[in-house]
Formats: sequence, C-alpha cells, structure tokens
Amino acid sequence: MVETVPQASALGFKLISVEPQRGSILSPWREELVGDPDTGVIAGGVITALLDHVCGLAVTSRSLEGGFLSTATLDLRIDYMRPAAARADVTASAHCYKLTRNIAFVRAHAFDADPEDPIATAQAAFILKRAAP
Amino acid sequence: MSQAAAQRLEEFLGRVPYVRFLGMRAELAGDEMTAILPFAPHLIGNVMLPALHGGVIGAFMEMTALAQLSVIAPSAKVHKTIDITIEYLRPGKAMTMYARADVRKVGRQVANVHVEAWQEARDKPAAALRGHFLLSGT
Repeated sequence: MVETVPQASALGFKLISVEPQRGSILSPWREELVGDPDTGVIAGGVITALLDHVCGLAVTSRSLEGGFLSTATLDLRIDYMRPAAARADVTASAHCYKLTRNIAFVRAHAFDADPEDPIATAQAAFILKRAAP
Repeated sequence: MSQAAAQRLEEFLGRVPYVRFLGMRAELAGDEMTAILPFAPHLIGNVMLPALHGGVIGAFMEMTALAQLSVIAPSAKVHKTIDITIEYLRPGKAMTMYARADVRKVGRQVANVHVEAWQEARDKPAAALRGHFLLSGT
C-alpha cells in the first residue's frame, strides 16, 4: 500500500513499519516538495497527504480482524504545531484505536526528529467497505 | 487591482515548488479565483477505481486556500496553516478537479477560509475544507 500507490511512490514514501492497529511511514525531503521557498520547509500539503496515507495504512492493518475489503477517508482534521525543520524528512505514525462495523477511528502524528515534538497531529474517520451480502 | 491580484497569484503559483509538483494552476475572474488540478497518473491513490489520492485532494484544497489568501492578503512570505478539517464527499475521479476558496474572515493574525472542490458539476462537491491560517506580516 505504500510503494504501489502512484501518489505515495511519487512522493517517495517509505514504509517503516506496520502491525495490527498501527502503521508508520517516512516522507523523504525533496526540493520539489517544498512549500516555502524562503525556508526550504516541506509543504503542508505533503504532510496532509502523508497523514491521510498513514491513517489509511493503520485502518487497513485491521482489515482481516474487521472483515472489510477496503476503506475511504470520511474526514481528516490536522493541527499544525510548527513547521518542519528545513530540508528535514518527515515521519508519520498512526493508531487505529477503534473499529466499529462501519467506521474506523484513527489518530496520527508527524514529526521530523523527535516523536515527542510533533509537527502536526491528525484525527480521522474512515468508512469501511464490505463485500455485498 | 485586478492586474495586481493576477500578478500576486502568478507569483505564488510560480514560487511554491509543491504547487508545480501537483501540476496545479488557477484562473482569476475579478477577485474570484478558481484553482484547477488537471488529472495526472501520479495523483492516483487507488489504482483499482481509479481514484485521486485523498491526501492530494486535501493538499489541493489547502493550496487553493493559500493561493486565494496570497491574492487578498498579500505578503512577502507564505502564510502558514494552523489547522484544517477535510470532509470527503465523493471519490475523486481520474479527471480534472476544480476548487474555489471562500475567505470568511481576515483578522489581524488569522484568516478563516472555506474551500469546496468539484469535478463534473459544481453542485456535486467531491470534498470540502475549512481551515485557519496564520497571516505572515507584509
């Protein structure tokens, strides 16, 4: 799901880890992904795509347990705490902490150097798609 | 005013590398801006459907808000996103997406912006965004 999705591979996402309920992805810094040319900081939009993607990964990690085939984002709320450091890679980790029959709830955070000092945090809800009965 | 607005918009679009990565452009009619995201294979998030990546749609709407702000709240620096809430209403099809930003308030420090994105019909939105942006000084 990380390297095979065209947008994820265009952004150069690398899978760090996936386990039931949790996923982690690295987004390497690249010149063309900069949002503020004065500072060389990666664009907010890249963080948005990264957080959306890592949340989807955490949800998908529970597909066997939850018995669903695929999932789609319903809503995604992102708080930006601070800009990433200049020319820094960004890592994002997500936790799918609750699964109902139809909905998955996920929290995620993105950081550059220290997981305790986040760049951004996210809260998302995903709809679960099951095979037609 | 409108020529200066067009110039500020072009400056913003040309200056931000990530705007070029997305392949996004924008058109102005007076002070009303329409952002345009032509379809490209690298924007796909689901190969089976195929559908645009949700993160791309979110990022496109966020950049639409920032582009609109660059027109009405000019600054030498890029404004910063404080928070955004994205609502996904329909899958993004493998075709051009459009978005318009509605700047609800420009305060002394913070602007509140709503964005709506659509594809085939304006009254069938694909996604919506609400956000707060920290205004950089001029």
